[in-house]
Amino acid sequence: MIKGTIDKIAGPLVVADGMKDARMYDLVYVSDYALIGEIIELKGARASIQVYEETGGLKPGDPVTATGEPLSVELGPGLLTAIYDGIQRSLDKIREEAGDWITRGITIRGLDHEKEWNFKPVATESMEVSGGEILGEVPETEVIVHKVMVPPGVKGEITWVVDEGMYNIDTVIAKVKETSGETRELCMYHNWPVRKPRPVAEKIAPEEPLLTGQRVIDAFFPLGKGGTACVPGPFGSGKTVIQHQLAKWADAEIVVYIGCGERGNEMTDVLQEFPELEDPKSGKPLILRTVLVANTSNMPVAAREASVYTGITIGEYFRDMGYSVALMADSTSRWAEAMREMSGRLEEMPGEEGYPAYLGTRIAEFYERAGNVKCIGGDRNGALTVVGAVSPAGGDLSDPVVQATLRVVKVFWSLDAKLAYSRHFPAIGWLDSYSLYTENLKEYYNRELGDEWVLMMKEAMALLQREANLQEIARLVGAESLSSEDQLILYTARSLREDFLHQNAFHDIDTYTSITKQKIMMEVIMHTNGEMEKALHAGVSPRELFTLPLREEINRMRYIHEDDISDISAIKEHVTMQINGLIEKEQTA
Amino acid sequence: MIREYTTTVEISGPLMLVGSVEGVSYEELVEIELPNGEIRHGKVLEIDSSMALVQLFEGSSGTDISRSKVRFLGKQVELGVSVEMLGRVFDGQGRPRAPFDTAPPIVPEKMVNINGAPINPYARDYPAEFIQTGFSSIDGINTLVRGQKLPIFSGSGLPHSIVAAQIARQARVRGSEENFAVVFAAMGITFEEADYFIRDFRSTGAMDRAVVFMNLADDPAIERISTPRMALTAAEYLAYEKDMHILVIMTDMTNYCDALREIAAARKEVPGRRGYPGYLYTDLASIYERAGRIKGRKGSITQIPILTMPEDDKTHPIPDLTGYITEGQLILSRELHKKDIYPPMDVMESLSRLKDKGIGEGKTRGDHADLFNQLMAAYSAGKDSRELAVILGAAALSPLDQKYLKFAEEYEKRYISQGNHENRNIEETLDLGWELLKLLPREEMKRIDPKRLEQYWPANGSKKTEGS
Repeated sequence: MIKGTIDKIAGPLVVADGMKDARMYDLVYVSDYALIGEIIELKGARASIQVYEETGGLKPGDPVTATGEPLSVELGPGLLTAIYDGIQRSLDKIREEAGDWITRGITIRGLDHEKEWNFKPVATESMEVSGGEILGEVPETEVIVHKVMVPPGVKGEITWVVDEGMYNIDTVIAKVKETSGETRELCMYHNWPVRKPRPVAEKIAPEEPLLTGQRVIDAFFPLGKGGTACVPGPFGSGKTVIQHQLAKWADAEIVVYIGCGERGNEMTDVLQEFPELEDPKSGKPLILRTVLVANTSNMPVAAREASVYTGITIGEYFRDMGYSVALMADSTSRWAEAMREMSGRLEEMPGEEGYPAYLGTRIAEFYERAGNVKCIGGDRNGALTVVGAVSPAGGDLSDPVVQATLRVVKVFWSLDAKLAYSRHFPAIGWLDSYSLYTENLKEYYNRELGDEWVLMMKEAMALLQREANLQEIARLVGAESLSSEDQLILYTARSLREDFLHQNAFHDIDTYTSITKQKIMMEVIMHTNGEMEKALHAGVSPRELFTLPLREEINRMRYIHEDDISDISAIKEHVTMQINGLIEKEQTA
Repeated sequence: MIREYTTTVEISGPLMLVGSVEGVSYEELVEIELPNGEIRHGKVLEIDSSMALVQLFEGSSGTDISRSKVRFLGKQVELGVSVEMLGRVFDGQGRPRAPFDTAPPIVPEKMVNINGAPINPYARDYPAEFIQTGFSSIDGINTLVRGQKLPIFSGSGLPHSIVAAQIARQARVRGSEENFAVVFAAMGITFEEADYFIRDFRSTGAMDRAVVFMNLADDPAIERISTPRMALTAAEYLAYEKDMHILVIMTDMTNYCDALREIAAARKEVPGRRGYPGYLYTDLASIYERAGRIKGRKGSITQIPILTMPEDDKTHPIPDLTGYITEGQLILSRELHKKDIYPPMDVMESLSRLKDKGIGEGKTRGDHADLFNQLMAAYSAGKDSRELAVILGAAALSPLDQKYLKFAEEYEKRYISQGNHENRNIEETLDLGWELLKLLPREEMKRIDPKRLEQYWPANGSKKTEGS
């Protein structure tokens, strides 16, 4: 323990004197309130500390104690269903202790140390183990089995394992004789410093898509399991709704949702909705696979900086168990702003727009913690997919945070304010967005959906792109004066936009579309396009063609239940019938 | 223990640097006695082992280095609260504000730190009660709910004050006659604007249920930093301890942000965009996030902050950061204002993020969501047709486009526009929506659930709308 005294206070930055032996990023307790902070700069015996709680009322001369440990999280059973603040204090416990407002100096551990869990050993005595090896299993929630692992860095022979039974997380459940000859007692949890990535055996390129049930994403801009994506957009363009939709419907086994500097009511929404919503796969409440980290915009700014690391460390921990984890961070801009604020208080030389020069490095390091991996300590694979929302100033994509993020992520979902204003949601612009995973995932799609899928998507995308060009001309000369082929392009592209890309997150059925249903929907649209092309060649007038009642039926596809998919396929025949009707009429005339 | 110092070493702008201080704490309240006996107030902005940097609320004119006495009061900035506040007008520091209020100061029930504390997200209750404002453009399209923060983005010369006063006058939760009050915070607005609000409140009897905090354009700019916090502290007391439903109107947030910039500049901080400090987002959040509802408490705080966008630019840092914190925004449009449409609500760019939970069966009506989506889509298509008509001439439009064009015109004239004292209930608003949609062919109703459509617009009997 190193003890010093406060010398200077400026907002969340406190400078302490007498801290000669302290280390960078050590956790410190500030003043008699025991406010939690972290050392972010050392100059001689003076340490600059970012304090995770309000600093009002602190005085020079107040004591500062360094713990000698870096800021860490507790990893073990009890993480799921929890809601934490930025430094892994459980918000429900804070409420029990302090009431409806968050007051200062509350110390709460990340996990419940009293609760007993049913531990079932997997490892046996005299087994040689190393970090990551599974010691035993705990049914943490109805849907997730928590795998208790040997902490990374421990290596040796198991000398003793506890019998199956109910234990709290402080109980020793195994003993390992390390190669140094020392015996390590292991319990169900261990601590891990948040700023240090957890080790993996090997990283592999993503091979499977993270299916989200969102048509524009799954079909056009898919995200690989273990990949990274970013959603930048101005306010009101639906970033948060997209993040919520992913948290709800993504086919990941574990979801970590970080509300970083965002609205309090949004977190409340998640908290109230997730226990009620059912996971389409397990039929169990979504909350059972979710960990929430909430540091709303009015909570201390320094803890906001820590919240993304807290979240991703928890994500990595579940990945190490062999699960597919999806992490959503909303919004990484607030995290970057927290960095900027601390940097300003430290009087560092600013980079672009006042952001610190190391902004790009920090962002890259964060996204690099994602990945499809071979886990350490056994033969299993896990994946950590990271989706970050970015809130650029004024919606301007030249914002340093957007640019630094785009350099590292592989999927870019560009939110278009114009789409949002015309209430086309999700407002992911199809012309600017991209996914660099389409090649990696081709094999998966060919296997699951047949070779035609990828080709069909390319064709649909080409139509949408030609529409963008044609629209400009149509604006000048009127759509009616275009050639009938071009009019058909406009017609089909409109159908793609309105009947496929547009998706209502608040409609019971439309909110989630399985990839099988997506394929059939797309087939109907493209089939219609093909039939219409034939009809135009046969001399049917575009006006007659485009006012056929089939339009309405195609528009209703999205509301057809997943169980009645055959009803959608049937539409194809209705389309052919109606169009053939016109062709025949034309030929007899 | 009061400690008095005459060791001022520097005065610059609204800041005062006091040397050789001891035992002074961060954010402590300070009292400065000028040589002529006048008392000013301030707070500690930064402190190290010997120096305290003090921010003066009333500005530094008349202060001097050698004779001004600086007293540290050992507490942070506080507001005395009590139910007696209702019907009163205070200045930016919580004292009765002449000439609007000449009564003696209130007897506080208790003193509360004006900075408040963040509401634990776990303790929040999701806002879901529909507030009827009587404006179709708000109730039907960008529905306000209790506990929401929904700013009005306006521009100079637009009637935001009239809109805000009308909301304050008409806003009600339907079917309940609960305790309702308005807390009004004026920051740097003119006497005339302030007078408009006060007179409007007085003439409609709303004044008895209002608490006003007023910092006018000629009042000290730095005081504006505490004005909204004073108002919100009063609101929190009334909402969470006295079970009242509070509507907080704050105008004009742009002046607040400019005051913040003034201090940041005086401190020689590294400026962010347009000279505003890098922590503007965090600072604004500490105000806006004080709206909400809390589980197990009856009262609520709904905020309507008003800001004027410099040059009507929505990407200016103040509206931009506000939009990222608040749950939507109501944008007033100069174009509609010029067309003499009141309220000149730009419904396309406006948004209420919480509306989905506040509308529907049992709240407004079952058809509300579909109707809203369809109206928005139709208006958007109508505006596209209007653009097209400018290029091609209205005659060259397809019959369908002409229908949309007509729809957009009617929509603005009849749905958005309404009288300054016209209070439409939600049924009137919704029925008006259906009436307008019938200007369009029925098969264009793609956003409406077929069953719903059949209920409000049966298929038979409207066959003649074919032919696009």
